[in-house]
Amino acid sequence: MKSAVIVFPGSNCDRDIKVALEGCGSEVAMVWHGDKKLPDVDLVVVPGGFSYGDYLRSGAMAAHSPIMNEVKKFGEKGGYILGICNGFQILTEAHILPGTLMRNKNLKFICKDVYLKPENTDTAFTSGYKDKKAIRIPIAHHDGNFFASEKEIKELEKNKQIAFRYCTKSGSINDKSNPNGSMNNIAGIFNKEKNILGLMPHPERLWEKAVGGEDGKAMFESLIANFG
Amino acid sequence: MKAKIYITLKNGVLDPQGKAIEGALGHLGFSGINEVRQGKFIEVELKESDKKKAEAKIEDMCKQLLANTVIENYSFELAS
Repeated sequence: MKSAVIVFPGSNCDRDIKVALEGCGSEVAMVWHGDKKLPDVDLVVVPGGFSYGDYLRSGAMAAHSPIMNEVKKFGEKGGYILGICNGFQILTEAHILPGTLMRNKNLKFICKDVYLKPENTDTAFTSGYKDKKAIRIPIAHHDGNFFASEKEIKELEKNKQIAFRYCTKSGSINDKSNPNGSMNNIAGIFNKEKNILGLMPHPERLWEKAVGGEDGKAMFESLIANFG
Repeated sequence: MKAKIYITLKNGVLDPQGKAIEGALGHLGFSGINEVRQGKFIEVELKESDKKKAEAKIEDMCKQLLANTVIENYSFELAS
């Protein structure tokens, strides 16, 4: 598998995802946001961080970077895109994914491990999570409160576009397991075609035992299994 | 020409920052507050002198960048 990681001014998880993808067996190219061309790759990652200092709204500026036009076209042609944290915010601001990420309900920056229930494991991103009730992945964000119109939420649910929901360690989904106020406990969503995934949690931060856990690894292994 | 742009959260969109401000005003002893909603105020100085063209330009700016129309409304006024 060949991957590209987009680097914006203020990205800070770009190197982490590079290390994780390489560790799982992917070639990785770093692509500057001002570039106007994507290399020939299977996967484009829009990484976490604080692009443009979160000015105006998280992800709003980065969504209009020159490279994002190419990323959008790449996705429309069926290319695989993964947006993590700020990357998810950028994908919604660029209208590549629906909804938006609002300020956390408790107004605090939240940095901790949470449990996620994989809701659809029939995708290239999540096939490695079959039969998993709950996986442990860290979150680190101020604006992770997923919001979409009622109509959009219905569409997301109907089309099996919910990738992950915040849950308890045993896999139950309730208000207590919802760290940021997201509608329907949504932590990550796919586009309708399932070639684009955006999620607030950071799988690249828990992908090998040396960093305290490896529940994130299955996502990269799933992708690599899909592309060879 | 100067545009004064107001960006507010749509009705029905939860505004935790507004709620926190409301709480703080209550702590300060201000009573009789029904609700506080917060938003953004942006000023844009334009070279354009034609009002119609300026309006169209600001409208575009709001839609493309300044407001996130999933959750926000915008309004603006122009002053020379």
